[in-house]
Amino acid sequence: MNNIIGKVPTILMLVSPILITATGGMICERSGVVNIALEGLMVCGAFASAAAHFFLEPVLGNSLSVWVSLLIGSMAGLVFSYVHAFASVSLNADQTVSGTGINLLANGVTIFLSQILFKQDRTKQFILGMMPGPGGIYPTAFIALLVIFVAWFVLYKRPFGLRLRACGENPQAAASVGINVLRIRYAAVLASGFLAGLAGSCLVLTTNTQFNSTTVNGHGFIALAVVSFGRWKPLGIAGASLLFGTALAFSIIASDYTLLRRMPTEIFNIMPYAITLLTLVIFSGKNYAPLSAGKPYEKGAS
Amino acid sequence: MMIQASRKRSLRELLISSDGALSVLVVLLGFLCGTILILVVGRNPVGMYKAILQVLTGYNIDRGRFYVRYIGEWLAQSMPYILCGLSMAFAARTGLFNIGGEGQYVIGLTVAQFFALLGPQIPVLHWMIALVLAMIGGALWGGIVGWLKAKYEVSEVVATIMLNYIALYASRILIMRIPGTNTYKTPDYPVTALLRAPFLEKLTSGSMLNLGIFFVILSVIVYWFIIEKTRLGYGLRATGFNKDAARYGGIPVVKSIVLSMAIAGAFAGLAGGIVSLGSFRFGRVLSGNDGYGFAGIAVALVGNNTALGTLLAGLLFGMLSSAQPLMESNSIPKEISYIIQGLVVVFIAIRGGLRIVMTYSLKKKAAQEAQGK
Repeated sequence: MNNIIGKVPTILMLVSPILITATGGMICERSGVVNIALEGLMVCGAFASAAAHFFLEPVLGNSLSVWVSLLIGSMAGLVFSYVHAFASVSLNADQTVSGTGINLLANGVTIFLSQILFKQDRTKQFILGMMPGPGGIYPTAFIALLVIFVAWFVLYKRPFGLRLRACGENPQAAASVGINVLRIRYAAVLASGFLAGLAGSCLVLTTNTQFNSTTVNGHGFIALAVVSFGRWKPLGIAGASLLFGTALAFSIIASDYTLLRRMPTEIFNIMPYAITLLTLVIFSGKNYAPLSAGKPYEKGAS
Repeated sequence: MMIQASRKRSLRELLISSDGALSVLVVLLGFLCGTILILVVGRNPVGMYKAILQVLTGYNIDRGRFYVRYIGEWLAQSMPYILCGLSMAFAARTGLFNIGGEGQYVIGLTVAQFFALLGPQIPVLHWMIALVLAMIGGALWGGIVGWLKAKYEVSEVVATIMLNYIALYASRILIMRIPGTNTYKTPDYPVTALLRAPFLEKLTSGSMLNLGIFFVILSVIVYWFIIEKTRLGYGLRATGFNKDAARYGGIPVVKSIVLSMAIAGAFAGLAGGIVSLGSFRFGRVLSGNDGYGFAGIAVALVGNNTALGTLLAGLLFGMLSSAQPLMESNSIPKEISYIIQGLVVVFIAIRGGLRIVMTYSLKKKAAQEAQGK
């Protein structure tokens, strides 16, 4: 038992980025825009903050540099998500195609820039990443908690949240009462970009010492699974992130337990995806997804 | 004067009416942005075009010599792109978005590796059965998605993404069970499992070009035939256009969707089989995605889901990919080819909007002209 408690920091370290990204995904989809670009946006954030931290750490010192890098990573995600917003909101593009494009683009751009800046296919190693706080728990866990709480508060307790959800359910109706659907969807996509970038930064600064092509490795897609498994609701998403993050953590820490050592660690990697697929089948028919998610909104069309 | 004006307008109209012309424009835009990016980071973009020229024609400008090998490598590299493109395109024709090409590819690769290492070593039959099994594996993996979609209304986008990663990790678990396998490779294949063809190697002075190319050509023809010439293809396309109308017209929609995803999966599975037995002499324990499945989405989009278009787009992507080492030697980061691929997809995403803008400006112009008169 004691053994398990010792693993809590590791679990939280892996849960946090997933929870932050999934929160962004939830906001985006609740506004009616499907965002499968979460993976690519995380890649952008992770690269930007790893590069920023490498350059800033000697100048600003570790702790200040970490926070500045987090911000830079988040902004990188936000800027990149603008492409998705422009394509899928302003130009009514197919949201899946646009997301796929961003995923491809992110992998190319980040490694390309690494080649230019560092003359290798990854960033150079920074000296120290983020420092764990008391109990060995990284501050990212608190950031994640804050993010999901604020998201819940805004979505359910503020007029803006109500409007945002209305845009995802029935944009025509929302527009008829004077809501600017395009502006709200823009805000939602950019928020998801910011959060995915933040999550990518958290991921690289806590689990790694540099950015490379495998840093993000499907976390964005796990977040996508979380959104759907958590039924597009804050509490569900928090629970799903905890579950999937723990599964991921076990793929790393399983070797510490004699009972689990014999199993291939990949079983734990598969779990998030398999569970999501299974629940989608079990709860089929009951559609929890926002009604208009994925459908472009055309002004004047009924 | 009049003629000039009408010709100018006809180009624009061409872009609005023709998917092919728009694809060409989108690809050119992708290259343009890539070139600008290279300039911005202070490298010489000529290096990229030299590399591309050498891949396309085998001609190296700097040395003034032809190297046939590069053409062979280009064709070899294009094979998985074309097949994964066909996979995505086939599903798209039925109105499905197959992001699962990657997973279907991995399953095909895994099945082929298993049979290559453990199957009976009969000449010709060995690799042939391995490829057929790869196709069946991919078809099953795709078929599951279709079944979940048709029966349980599970979005194929989410389902395929989940199955991609399940396939990747399942492949690792299974391949590592093969005796003599370490963490990244299996023992060497027996010779009978290889797709090597001495005459193709001789023809292209030792490139990786292999028997897979014939299956790729066959696949393109089969794709065209099924989609355009059979009742099955008609039903699938009808389902893609309007599911309810198709059902009303007596087309079994559930069967159509499952079948469409299965055929799509078979193409991607074949790609996995050809890459594993054609490009490698040992089985691989995958540590990450090869990316052909994702690139296949772009290929199909550029090719407008037609047989010929997908073939050409696949050759384009294969060209970018096989130009990578040459770009590196011209001091251009090879990732520029991924950037161009990504840009092309983003441009395609917004081309719908582009079209709206162009139609709008045409209308406005026509209205102005009418007013002027």
